[in-house]
Amino acid sequence: MPELIRVGRDEDRDTYHLNMGPQHPSTHGVLRLRLHLKGEVILSADPIVGYSHRAHEKMAENRNYIQFLPNTSRMDYLSGMIYNVGYCQAIEKIIGLEVPERAEYIRVICCELNRISSHLLWYGTLLMDLGGFTPFLYCFEDRERILDILDLVSGSRLTYCYGRFGGVTEDVDDKFLSETLAFCKHLRNRLPEYDDLVTNNVIFQNRCKGIGHIDKKTCHEFAVTGPCQRAAGEKRDVRRDEPYGIYDRFDFKVPTRTGGDCFDRFMVRVEEISESLSIVEQAISKLPVGPVMAPKVPRKIAPAKGEYYFAVESARGHFGMYIVSNGTEIPERMHFRTPSFSNLATMRRVLKGSTISDTVAILGSIDIVLPEIDR
Amino acid sequence: MARNFTEIFGSVWFAIPAAVTVIMGFLAINALMIVWMERKVAARMQRRMGPTERGVFGLLQTTYDMIKLMSKELITPRHVSRKLYLVAPVVLFTPIIAICSLFPLSENWVFHDYDIALVLVLAFSGMAVVGIFAAGWGSNNKYSLLGAVRSILQNIAYEVPLILSVLAVVIMARTMSLHEIVMEQSTIPYIVVQPLAAIIFFIAATAETNRAPFDIPEAESELVGGFHTEYSGMRFGLFFFAEYSSMIIVCALATVLFLGGWQGPILPGFVWFFIKVYFLIFLMMWFRWTFPRLRFDQLLRFAWLLLVPLALANLLVTAIIVKLI
Repeated sequence: MPELIRVGRDEDRDTYHLNMGPQHPSTHGVLRLRLHLKGEVILSADPIVGYSHRAHEKMAENRNYIQFLPNTSRMDYLSGMIYNVGYCQAIEKIIGLEVPERAEYIRVICCELNRISSHLLWYGTLLMDLGGFTPFLYCFEDRERILDILDLVSGSRLTYCYGRFGGVTEDVDDKFLSETLAFCKHLRNRLPEYDDLVTNNVIFQNRCKGIGHIDKKTCHEFAVTGPCQRAAGEKRDVRRDEPYGIYDRFDFKVPTRTGGDCFDRFMVRVEEISESLSIVEQAISKLPVGPVMAPKVPRKIAPAKGEYYFAVESARGHFGMYIVSNGTEIPERMHFRTPSFSNLATMRRVLKGSTISDTVAILGSIDIVLPEIDR
Repeated sequence: MARNFTEIFGSVWFAIPAAVTVIMGFLAINALMIVWMERKVAARMQRRMGPTERGVFGLLQTTYDMIKLMSKELITPRHVSRKLYLVAPVVLFTPIIAICSLFPLSENWVFHDYDIALVLVLAFSGMAVVGIFAAGWGSNNKYSLLGAVRSILQNIAYEVPLILSVLAVVIMARTMSLHEIVMEQSTIPYIVVQPLAAIIFFIAATAETNRAPFDIPEAESELVGGFHTEYSGMRFGLFFFAEYSSMIIVCALATVLFLGGWQGPILPGFVWFFIKVYFLIFLMMWFRWTFPRLRFDQLLRFAWLLLVPLALANLLVTAIIVKLI
């Protein structure tokens, strides 16, 4: 027999190392998991990231604030709208810019649609990891409608640059509103179908229940946020705890679960889809008329010298922006606290003792986006 | 009057290649049809079109794919164990040809009807796992090896309930000849009197063919391609072909054992046979495009703790009733 390809040292003959990724169908991009296995049981797991590092933070130090706008949605390409709008809100807060009412509502509508599309993609890919191909295409079909709707206003399907300091680029038209409402109705009818196909499926439940526990303590230690944290029983959501924009005007629940396993994370996200739908519908019913751009936006954006932090709730959790200004137009330092990074860090603890089959389910259920981790 | 190939061709040396060619052709045409059907069924279940470009309703799509596979360069990776690697697809495929020669497609359409044809079918279908393991081991790839190990455990686990459920039929029919088993069902197919055995058989058969939701040995989201990760071109094509051929085989076996084989009103025998086989194949596709995959330990637990005891109980009850009647 030829030499085995070794990954690290195979200390004894019963255990071995397996490189899962960076090219692997279910590591969702370019994650590399270094697994130490005994049979199929994982003795230790090391997530290795950095394969799609594009130096967004460094880029921010070399351009002014407005020039950085297109970069924002390219960090997390699945919830680009939330990142883009979140960045705008951060800068607006720093320089004290008032945003017109209508723009605020439009932002909420777009962000929540984006959140739904992100969750739909996660739904599909999780099921794909578990071997169910049909739900994947169902979700993509529905997600496609959101992309088309957002394309109407922002001109792009994935990496939006719709927000501007002081508002949004374009006003929405009646077509956008009617299609959004039609979509909300459509998805509400579809969700029970999804439940029949997936949630109530015995095989699916057996695959997801009781694996990948991330408990409250782990959440605190690793700063896990978003649906993963809420599935562990922590009722934390930036939209509710420290409302930014106009989120305090909407009536929505923060779904929580107590178990913290894969199935709980699944259920939290499914419930979030319907909560987001309700936010979209509320926003459309209350949408005021008026301008979508602040009348006076300063040409030159140069925040006062100091450090600033602003956070929004992305589809994956707490997205924080830490901005250090030296008083000029170009930021001294910009750091982004992206949720998947912390969520993925728990894997070293969570994956221990599970099997390869569970690994794909757990990775799928925490919903990582690699470009957002690597930035 | 049934004639066999040796009589037609005069010598066994002409008859064997002729028979193999006929079977390969039969399998190839059916496999092409089934792959096309699988795509269409999957597409319809997923609310999309499926192949439409090549031929009417995309019927020639699979043929094109086959041509592509055949014209590809055969790559033998440097790190493989060469002999095992090369021999594995053949080992996997040969028993399938052997099995195919045993099925009665119609009252007198059969290569040869042995008294113990059923034993041969089960024995040959058990051999497929050797090919899979040779592929997984010979590939010298950790994913392939995992796939191969899973495949063996799975096949052992599911062979037991499969054979137990077949035994119930054998007890009722009092014969192991496929032809006579079909003849025994002239009044009532065995699925009516042996529903439990039929269900167990079908589940175990799905697992035997490594089809979803039991496609654990080649779980593409976990093990990339499983045992055939390192194969390309027509060598991969042979694995693919084998998978669909074994689908035909288990569905044909289920048809013979439980659905009354070629028997049915009005239409000629072979038409009924194919209607039944293709209906079962459709069922398998339905499973595949509906269910997620089981986890490995769940699969084994399901086999050993549920299917085996049920099949045993069924066998016992059948034996007692047959004795009493």
